[in-house]
Amino acid sequence: MTKEELLPKLKAIIEPYVQNQDGLKKLNENTDFIKDLEINSANLVDVILDVEDEFGIEIDNEAMEKMLTVKASIEIIKAKLSEK
Amino acid sequence: MKNRRVVITGLGITAPNGTNVSEFTNAIKKGVSGIRNSKELKSFNFSCQIAGFPIYNKDYLNNYFSSIQLRGLNASGMEYGVIAGIDAWKDAGFSISTAEIPLWDVGVVFGTGILGVDKFREAIYKVDEGKVRRLGSTTVTQTMASGISAFLGGMLGCGNVVTTNSSACSTGTEAILMAYDRISSGKAEIILAGSTSDSGPYVWGGFDAMRILPYKYNDNPIAASRPMSASASGFVPGSGAGALVIESLESAQKRGASIYAEILGGHVNSGGQRNGGSMTAPNSDAVQQCIKRAIDNAGIHKDDIDAINGHLTATAMDSVEIHNWCEALGRKESDFPYINSLKSLVGHCLAASGSIESVATVLQLKENFIFGNINCEDLHPEIEALVNREKIPTETLDVSPNIIAKASFGFGDVNACVIFKKYS
Repeated sequence: MTKEELLPKLKAIIEPYVQNQDGLKKLNENTDFIKDLEINSANLVDVILDVEDEFGIEIDNEAMEKMLTVKASIEIIKAKLSEK
Repeated sequence: MKNRRVVITGLGITAPNGTNVSEFTNAIKKGVSGIRNSKELKSFNFSCQIAGFPIYNKDYLNNYFSSIQLRGLNASGMEYGVIAGIDAWKDAGFSISTAEIPLWDVGVVFGTGILGVDKFREAIYKVDEGKVRRLGSTTVTQTMASGISAFLGGMLGCGNVVTTNSSACSTGTEAILMAYDRISSGKAEIILAGSTSDSGPYVWGGFDAMRILPYKYNDNPIAASRPMSASASGFVPGSGAGALVIESLESAQKRGASIYAEILGGHVNSGGQRNGGSMTAPNSDAVQQCIKRAIDNAGIHKDDIDAINGHLTATAMDSVEIHNWCEALGRKESDFPYINSLKSLVGHCLAASGSIESVATVLQLKENFIFGNINCEDLHPEIEALVNREKIPTETLDVSPNIIAKASFGFGDVNACVIFKKYS
């Protein structure tokens, strides 16, 4: 899956948790989940679980700690998909 | 700042026979039962296959929870408590504050026995399967006892006490008295008080195992809950939530709030599981003392009590309770106050019973009636020997009670009694 294909899927996953709708409108590679989208930090684990379900992958603790931006998330999802 | 007057300015209810105050008022006036068959209990081979539980469409929750709060929500007690709590808050004339500064003088005391049992079951299965990492972020907040006060406190932005009390079946009545004490002593102005109890086989199973639920009424659920009856054969398990906005008279008057009733005082105590008291049975001396001290604390005379809303669960203990009221009040036969038990209509809502029944009690003061008890046409002979029949109405009476005593008793030999008065 390419970056262009992954982005809308990721956007759909994070949308319910977003508290700053403006940030969602301006969503781009550099968007930070907490700073720009105001996602509650406790909900980040729910985002990860939804990502796992959507892509059929498992995200370990180390990868999870890095998944704080759109860019990092897409890189990790791509890497995990390629391991499948 | 001691002994300020305390009033009730808002009510909310999620009961088996009504999920809002007007529906519930109508149901208790007309004797509409909320007890029904439970397919779930039947499929699990319970002896008792009936229960009292609130009924509403899942979509109804969208009025109370955000979509994110609803994701993975699997805690019926949380649903009931939030519905009742938010309804009471709005009924009191408040809106939901979005200000960044908490409401320093507003608190929540919302009790429960156990919360989020279904969520906890879900979590246990995942943990046992080695999938602890898949629990999600809300397992803790839905299963901690104080989840309900935490949810409500956060929704309203409360900055005073936010806590959950737990004293088995006296929880709801105790919560009201905790709020009363704090406001009366000047530590808070407004407290959303109440209690909630989950539905379902995992909550009720333990009681079925104790053989204290009726098993002969699976084909006739409306007749099953029989407080004060000679044919009472156990309590029908129930669930739901009741909520009351409790406020200093000063604060209520300042904002021109409509007042349902006044809380004159009350008392909580324990029989210490001595002298006939045990984990599951009350020490009668303690019950009587609780009632007497509640009367003293309220500053009234025992003859001032016009009506009693009893605990009266529909077990063999009902006669003992009536005896205790007679002793504590020094009143019997035709001199005994009116007495009723909401449990004939909704079952025993456990931790939620005290608050649901207090809402019913307050409605009687506000709307001038004493609701009728169903299923006690065959009054227990021991009760009939103590109290005249007309004091135990089987149909709703058009009277105007001025003072009503409400008591709840719980496992652990704990008691709570609160004295409500028509506001004037």
